[in-house]
Amino acid sequence: MTKPFIHVSNLRKVFNPGKANEYLALSDVSLDIEEGELISIVGPSGCGKSTLLMIVAGLLEASGGTLEIGGGAGAFDPHRHVGMVFQQALLLKWRTVLDNVLLPAEFLRLPRREARERARDLLNLVGLEGQETKYPKQLSGGQQQRVAIARSLVHDPRLVLMDEPFGALDALTREKMNLELLRIWEQSGKTILFVTHGISEAVLLGSRIAVMTAGPARLARKIDVDLPYPRRLDMKTHENFGAYTREVYGLLGME
Amino acid sequence: MAGPILLHLLVVLIWQLVADYGGLPTYILPSPTETLATLFEPRNRWIENTGITALEIFGGFLLAVGIGVTIALLFSWSRLTLVLFMPLLVSLNMIPKVALGPLIIVWFGYGVVTNMAIAFAICFFPIVITTARGLSEIEPEMLYLARTVNASKWQIFLKIQFPGALPYIFSGMKVSAVLAVAGAIVGEFIGSEKGLGYLMLQVQINLDTATMFMAVLMITLIGVVLYGAVALLEWLLVKRGGAA
Ligand SMILES: Nc1ncnc2c1ncn2[C@@H]1O[C@H](COP(=O)(O)OP(=O)(O)OP(=O)(O)O)[C@@H](O)[C@H]1O
Ligand SMILES: [Mg+2]
Repeated sequence: MTKPFIHVSNLRKVFNPGKANEYLALSDVSLDIEEGELISIVGPSGCGKSTLLMIVAGLLEASGGTLEIGGGAGAFDPHRHVGMVFQQALLLKWRTVLDNVLLPAEFLRLPRREARERARDLLNLVGLEGQETKYPKQLSGGQQQRVAIARSLVHDPRLVLMDEPFGALDALTREKMNLELLRIWEQSGKTILFVTHGISEAVLLGSRIAVMTAGPARLARKIDVDLPYPRRLDMKTHENFGAYTREVYGLLGME
Repeated sequence: MAGPILLHLLVVLIWQLVADYGGLPTYILPSPTETLATLFEPRNRWIENTGITALEIFGGFLLAVGIGVTIALLFSWSRLTLVLFMPLLVSLNMIPKVALGPLIIVWFGYGVVTNMAIAFAICFFPIVITTARGLSEIEPEMLYLARTVNASKWQIFLKIQFPGALPYIFSGMKVSAVLAVAGAIVGEFIGSEKGLGYLMLQVQINLDTATMFMAVLMITLIGVVLYGAVALLEWLLVKRGGAA
């Protein structure tokens, strides 16, 4: 048996250990992820989703358990192969769209010309062709988040971590962005960890859903979503879709 | 654009009319033409006095920008200096700087250096406070994002923190530009042998109000030039393009 791309087992995270404000943010999380998978992570507020992403990104130390990334082809460098997207687009307002996308490439000192070409291709991929010289404030919220997605891909990471990337968008834009993300994922072949509060979003996007529960925060269940790709919005009316959402609601104690 | 200019001219015109026909003596209200005429009085040494005052203002201001921004940078690089020294600076800022004038004269004597020091003291704090604020105004998520692509502290500073702080620095500089003028003039009032403030005290004895008016106009002009230079620089560095 080959090792999975990401292997998480019995991961624990305690904030401020030994102090009065000690807090158990993750008690026992185990999860294997294959390269190229899009996996949704849902759970109530405060259950440790962001904490989990931060540990996977190498930005936080786990307090216990194991995290191995890079099983399979090639070595994995956490400083080179991770892209991130947050709820806020976090664009630098004094930079053009193109220069915002190029930021990670600049930090990594990637060759300029290739990076620019790649950034242009990515802007086309996220549907922003011709907007390169605009400034962030000239874009809508959805467009800004597209820029953030292009930026997360510019250094060709193997793993993209998304923390409620569409949480600040209105419902219609959000559904549109879901479809866009599916298309981007299929075309780029990246491994994506997608954290969300939206249960139907989680079902629509993920090949699997990791459901986390709070108090103490742990991974309750992993659900395989057997809906065919490419996924479409009308699948939401499909009877299986309803079954999956009900299952997630059930696991979250919200039936 | 035309409206505001016309309004300015209208005020000058009214001033001229009131001075000419209002029945007020010249030592109370000289007219615009009388005021401008004092420019040709050699005893007023306009070039020298204006030069000295401008030097005090620009010198104090530039010193405050240089030292103020540097200290704010230290604060942003080391949390310890921030925690230790920021409260001290805030306390020092409570001292009315103008009240330090007589003391600074004791330390430096009369003259350009003293007045520059007063201008510096009065416009230093706004620069430190706004710059420090601007440098700390970086979202934690932005830092995470930078760290996932191995950004060094210096790269983060250069590409995110400093450009992000520029609008704050400029707003501090605008406040300080106005304060620097006041600081230098107060210095000249307290004790000096040159400068526009000194000239005002000199001609006040003879009730030469027209020259005093002209001196105030010159001081204002220096302030406008300084403020304009800051605003221009801000436009070039911050506002041009679509940002801010
Ligand atoms: N640096 C920290 N120090 C102490 N406690 C922390 C820290 N970061 C997070 N926590 C706590 O850990 C818990 C999990 O936080 P986390 O941000 O991972 O939750 P989340 O699932 O992402 O929530 P949300 O859906 O609201 O974003 C929260 O109760 C939070 O208060
Ligand atoms: Mg979170």
